[in-house]
Amino acid sequence: MRKTHDRARQPGTAATPATLAAVSAGGGIGALARHALAQALPHPTGGFAWSTLAANLTGSLLIGAVAVLVAQRWPDRPLVRPFLAAGVLGGYTTFSTYVLDIQQAVAAGAVGTALVYLGLTVTGALFAAWAGGVLTRLALTRRRSPDPRP
Amino acid sequence: MTALLVALGAAVGAPLRYLVDRAIRARQNSTFPWATLTVNVAGSLLLGFIAALPADPELTALAATGFCGALTTYSTFSYETLLLARSGAHRLAAANVIANIAAGLTAVYVGLHLGG
Repeated sequence: MRKTHDRARQPGTAATPATLAAVSAGGGIGALARHALAQALPHPTGGFAWSTLAANLTGSLLIGAVAVLVAQRWPDRPLVRPFLAAGVLGGYTTFSTYVLDIQQAVAAGAVGTALVYLGLTVTGALFAAWAGGVLTRLALTRRRSPDPRP
Repeated sequence: MTALLVALGAAVGAPLRYLVDRAIRARQNSTFPWATLTVNVAGSLLLGFIAALPADPELTALAATGFCGALTTYSTFSYETLLLARSGAHRLAAANVIANIAAGLTAVYVGLHLGG
Protein backbone atom coordinates (compact mmCIF):
# COMPACT_ATOMS: atom_id res chain seq x y z
CA MET A 1 0.00 0.00 0.00
CA ARG A 2 1.30 3.41 -0.90
CA LYS A 3 1.53 6.04 1.77
CA THR A 4 -0.60 9.15 1.31
CA HIS A 5 2.28 11.54 0.74
CA ASP A 6 3.64 9.28 -2.00
CA ARG A 7 0.50 10.00 -3.91
CA ALA A 8 1.00 13.72 -3.37
CA ARG A 9 4.61 13.45 -4.46
CA GLN A 10 3.99 12.04 -7.90
CA PRO A 11 0.96 10.56 -9.60
CA GLY A 12 1.46 7.19 -11.24
CA THR A 13 2.46 8.49 -14.63
CA ALA A 14 4.53 6.17 -16.79
CA ALA A 15 7.82 7.27 -18.30
CA THR A 16 6.37 7.60 -21.81
CA PRO A 17 8.40 9.19 -24.63
CA ALA A 18 6.20 12.30 -24.28
CA THR A 19 6.93 12.53 -20.55
CA LEU A 20 10.67 12.09 -21.10
CA ALA A 21 10.62 14.73 -23.84
CA ALA A 22 8.79 17.13 -21.50
CA VAL A 23 11.34 16.53 -18.70
CA SER A 24 14.23 16.89 -21.16
CA ALA A 25 12.95 20.16 -22.64
CA GLY A 26 12.12 21.52 -19.19
CA GLY A 27 15.55 20.51 -17.89
CA GLY A 28 17.27 22.38 -20.72
CA ILE A 29 15.24 25.53 -20.05
CA GLY A 30 15.82 25.37 -16.29
CA ALA A 31 19.58 24.83 -16.67
CA LEU A 32 19.81 27.81 -19.06
CA ALA A 33 18.11 29.99 -16.45
CA ARG A 34 20.57 28.76 -13.78
CA HIS A 35 23.48 29.41 -16.16
CA ALA A 36 22.22 32.95 -16.87
CA LEU A 37 21.89 33.61 -13.13
CA ALA A 38 25.47 32.38 -12.57
CA GLN A 39 26.70 34.77 -15.30
CA ALA A 40 24.76 37.67 -13.77
CA LEU A 41 25.96 37.01 -10.19
CA PRO A 42 29.52 35.71 -10.50
CA HIS A 43 31.48 34.76 -7.39
CA PRO A 44 35.19 33.98 -6.97
CA THR A 45 36.13 30.30 -6.49
CA GLY A 46 35.68 29.56 -2.79
CA GLY A 47 33.49 32.65 -2.29
CA PHE A 48 29.83 32.79 -1.31
CA ALA A 49 27.86 31.30 -4.22
CA TRP A 50 24.97 33.77 -4.33
CA SER A 51 23.76 32.57 -7.73
CA THR A 52 23.47 28.91 -6.66
CA LEU A 53 21.74 30.00 -3.44
CA ALA A 54 19.30 32.15 -5.42
CA ALA A 55 18.50 29.34 -7.88
CA ASN A 56 17.98 26.76 -5.14
CA LEU A 57 15.77 29.03 -3.02
CA THR A 58 13.60 30.35 -5.86
CA GLY A 59 13.37 26.84 -7.37
CA SER A 60 12.19 25.45 -4.04
CA LEU A 61 9.61 28.24 -3.69
CA LEU A 62 8.32 27.44 -7.17
CA ILE A 63 8.12 23.66 -6.62
CA GLY A 64 5.85 24.30 -3.62
CA ALA A 65 3.68 26.45 -5.87
CA VAL A 66 3.70 23.95 -8.77
CA ALA A 67 2.63 21.08 -6.50
CA VAL A 68 -0.46 23.03 -5.39
CA LEU A 69 -1.26 24.30 -8.90
CA VAL A 70 -1.02 20.81 -10.42
CA ALA A 71 -3.23 19.30 -7.71
CA GLN A 72 -5.86 22.05 -7.74
CA ARG A 73 -5.80 23.52 -11.23
CA TRP A 74 -4.28 21.04 -13.67
CA PRO A 75 -5.06 17.55 -12.33
CA ASP A 76 -5.99 16.31 -15.83
CA ARG A 77 -2.82 17.51 -17.59
CA PRO A 78 -0.31 14.68 -17.11
CA LEU A 79 2.64 16.45 -18.77
CA VAL A 80 2.54 19.68 -16.77
CA ARG A 81 4.06 18.28 -13.58
CA PRO A 82 6.92 16.36 -15.27
CA PHE A 83 7.69 19.41 -17.43
CA LEU A 84 7.64 21.99 -14.62
CA ALA A 85 8.75 20.02 -11.54
CA ALA A 86 11.13 17.29 -12.76
CA GLY A 87 12.10 19.31 -15.86
CA VAL A 88 12.32 23.08 -15.43
CA LEU A 89 12.82 23.21 -11.64
CA GLY A 90 14.99 20.08 -11.56
CA GLY A 91 17.23 21.63 -14.21
CA TYR A 92 17.16 25.06 -12.56
CA THR A 93 18.14 23.88 -9.07
CA THR A 94 21.27 21.85 -8.39
CA PHE A 95 22.64 19.78 -5.56
CA SER A 96 26.03 18.93 -7.10
CA THR A 97 27.10 22.58 -7.50
CA TYR A 98 25.87 23.24 -3.94
CA VAL A 99 28.22 20.65 -2.41
CA LEU A 100 31.09 21.70 -4.72
CA ASP A 101 30.57 25.34 -3.61
CA ILE A 102 30.90 24.17 0.02
CA GLN A 103 34.04 22.13 -0.74
CA GLN A 104 35.63 25.07 -2.60
CA ALA A 105 34.93 27.49 0.26
CA VAL A 106 36.46 25.04 2.76
CA ALA A 107 39.47 24.52 0.46
CA ALA A 108 39.92 28.32 0.26
CA GLY A 109 40.03 28.44 4.06
CA ALA A 110 36.62 30.15 4.34
CA VAL A 111 35.04 27.57 6.68
CA GLY A 112 32.64 30.16 8.10
CA THR A 113 31.40 31.07 4.62
CA ALA A 114 30.98 27.35 3.82
CA LEU A 115 28.92 26.71 6.95
CA VAL A 116 26.70 29.79 6.52
CA TYR A 117 26.11 28.90 2.85
CA LEU A 118 25.37 25.26 3.75
CA GLY A 119 22.89 26.17 6.49
CA LEU A 120 21.25 29.11 4.73
CA THR A 121 20.58 27.05 1.58
CA VAL A 122 19.05 24.05 3.34
CA THR A 123 16.88 25.98 5.84
CA GLY A 124 15.95 28.60 3.24
CA ALA A 125 14.96 25.95 0.67
CA LEU A 126 12.74 24.10 3.15
CA PHE A 127 11.07 27.35 4.19
CA ALA A 128 10.69 28.39 0.53
CA ALA A 129 9.07 25.07 -0.48
CA TRP A 130 6.61 25.47 2.40
CA ALA A 131 5.93 29.15 1.63
CA GLY A 132 5.43 28.47 -2.09
CA GLY A 133 2.62 26.04 -1.27
CA VAL A 134 0.99 28.25 1.35
CA LEU A 135 1.06 31.41 -0.80
CA THR A 136 -0.30 29.59 -3.87
CA ARG A 137 -3.14 28.01 -1.88
CA LEU A 138 -3.95 31.46 -0.50
CA ALA A 139 -3.93 33.03 -3.97
CA LEU A 140 -6.20 30.31 -5.38
CA THR A 141 -8.67 30.68 -2.49
CA ARG A 142 -8.81 34.46 -3.02
CA ARG A 143 -9.48 34.02 -6.72
CA ARG A 144 -12.29 31.59 -6.05
CA SER A 145 -14.03 33.95 -3.59
CA PRO A 146 -13.17 37.49 -4.73
CA ASP A 147 -13.12 40.25 -2.18
CA PRO A 148 -16.30 42.36 -2.62
CA ARG A 149 -14.50 45.58 -1.69
CA PRO A 150 -13.26 47.72 -4.63
CA MET B 1 27.83 28.03 -27.80
CA THR B 2 28.29 27.66 -24.04
CA ALA B 3 24.55 28.07 -23.47
CA LEU B 4 23.82 25.40 -26.09
CA LEU B 5 26.16 22.95 -24.33
CA VAL B 6 24.54 23.68 -20.96
CA ALA B 7 21.07 23.02 -22.40
CA LEU B 8 22.28 19.88 -24.16
CA GLY B 9 23.81 18.40 -21.00
CA ALA B 10 20.70 19.23 -19.00
CA ALA B 11 18.42 17.76 -21.67
CA VAL B 12 20.12 14.41 -20.92
CA GLY B 13 20.63 14.82 -17.15
CA ALA B 14 17.03 15.75 -16.29
CA PRO B 15 15.30 12.77 -17.99
CA LEU B 16 17.97 10.45 -16.59
CA ARG B 17 17.04 11.66 -13.08
CA TYR B 18 13.38 11.07 -13.93
CA LEU B 19 14.12 7.49 -15.10
CA VAL B 20 16.20 6.71 -11.99
CA ASP B 21 13.35 8.06 -9.86
CA ARG B 22 10.77 5.85 -11.59
CA ALA B 23 13.01 2.77 -11.50
CA ILE B 24 13.77 3.08 -7.77
CA ARG B 25 10.15 3.90 -6.94
CA ALA B 26 8.97 0.81 -8.84
CA ARG B 27 11.35 -1.48 -6.94
CA GLN B 28 10.71 -0.42 -3.37
CA ASN B 29 7.88 1.04 -1.39
CA SER B 30 9.81 3.09 1.16
CA THR B 31 8.65 6.57 2.12
CA PHE B 32 12.32 7.62 2.22
CA PRO B 33 13.28 9.48 -1.01
CA TRP B 34 16.09 7.12 -2.05
CA ALA B 35 15.93 8.12 -5.72
CA THR B 36 16.77 11.79 -5.11
CA LEU B 37 19.57 10.80 -2.73
CA THR B 38 20.95 8.47 -5.44
CA VAL B 39 21.03 11.08 -8.23
CA ASN B 40 22.36 13.78 -5.88
CA VAL B 41 25.26 11.58 -4.74
CA ALA B 42 26.03 10.29 -8.27
CA GLY B 43 25.97 13.83 -9.72
CA SER B 44 28.17 15.18 -6.90
CA LEU B 45 30.71 12.40 -7.47
CA LEU B 46 30.86 13.17 -11.20
CA LEU B 47 31.03 16.93 -10.63
CA GLY B 48 33.95 16.48 -8.21
CA PHE B 49 35.72 14.36 -10.80
CA ILE B 50 35.21 16.99 -13.54
CA ALA B 51 36.30 19.81 -11.20
CA ALA B 52 39.64 18.05 -10.65
CA LEU B 53 40.37 17.78 -14.40
CA PRO B 54 42.29 20.53 -16.23
CA ALA B 55 39.90 23.47 -16.84
CA ASP B 56 37.96 23.09 -20.09
CA PRO B 57 35.10 25.60 -20.58
CA GLU B 58 33.20 23.40 -23.02
CA LEU B 59 33.40 20.28 -20.85
CA THR B 60 32.35 22.37 -17.85
CA ALA B 61 29.31 23.75 -19.68
CA LEU B 62 28.17 20.39 -21.06
CA ALA B 63 28.99 17.94 -18.26
CA ALA B 64 29.24 20.05 -15.09
CA THR B 65 26.73 22.93 -15.43
CA GLY B 66 24.44 21.05 -17.80
CA PHE B 67 24.48 17.32 -17.07
CA CYS B 68 25.46 17.21 -13.35
CA GLY B 69 23.43 20.33 -12.59
CA ALA B 70 20.27 18.81 -14.04
CA LEU B 71 20.89 15.23 -12.88
CA THR B 72 20.92 16.54 -9.30
CA THR B 73 18.12 18.60 -7.81
CA TYR B 74 17.57 20.85 -4.82
CA SER B 75 13.87 21.60 -5.40
CA THR B 76 12.74 17.95 -5.24
CA PHE B 77 15.09 17.37 -2.28
CA SER B 78 13.56 20.23 -0.27
CA TYR B 79 10.01 19.36 -1.33
CA GLU B 80 10.37 15.68 -0.39
CA THR B 81 11.89 16.68 2.98
CA LEU B 82 8.93 19.00 3.56
CA LEU B 83 6.47 16.19 2.73
CA LEU B 84 8.20 13.85 5.20
CA ALA B 85 8.07 16.50 7.93
CA ARG B 86 4.42 17.32 7.19
CA SER B 87 3.44 13.63 7.35
CA GLY B 88 4.89 13.53 10.88
CA ALA B 89 8.05 11.61 9.92
CA HIS B 90 10.36 14.22 11.45
CA ARG B 91 13.22 11.80 12.01
CA LEU B 92 13.11 10.65 8.37
CA ALA B 93 13.01 14.30 7.25
CA ALA B 94 16.11 15.10 9.33
CA ALA B 95 17.80 11.89 8.17
CA ASN B 96 17.12 12.88 4.55
CA VAL B 97 18.80 16.27 5.00
CA ILE B 98 21.80 14.79 6.80
CA ALA B 99 22.16 11.90 4.33
CA ASN B 100 22.05 14.14 1.24
CA ILE B 101 24.54 16.68 2.60
CA ALA B 102 26.92 14.14 4.18
CA ALA B 103 26.88 11.73 1.24
CA GLY B 104 26.93 14.57 -1.33
CA LEU B 105 29.98 16.20 0.29
CA THR B 106 31.75 12.85 0.63
CA ALA B 107 31.01 12.13 -3.04
CA VAL B 108 32.41 15.47 -4.22
CA TYR B 109 35.64 14.86 -2.23
CA VAL B 110 35.94 11.30 -3.60
CA GLY B 111 35.33 12.62 -7.13
CA LEU B 112 38.00 15.31 -6.72
CA HIS B 113 40.43 12.67 -5.50
CA LEU B 114 39.64 10.33 -8.42
CA GLY B 115 39.93 13.15 -10.95
CA GLY B 116 43.31 14.40 -9.86
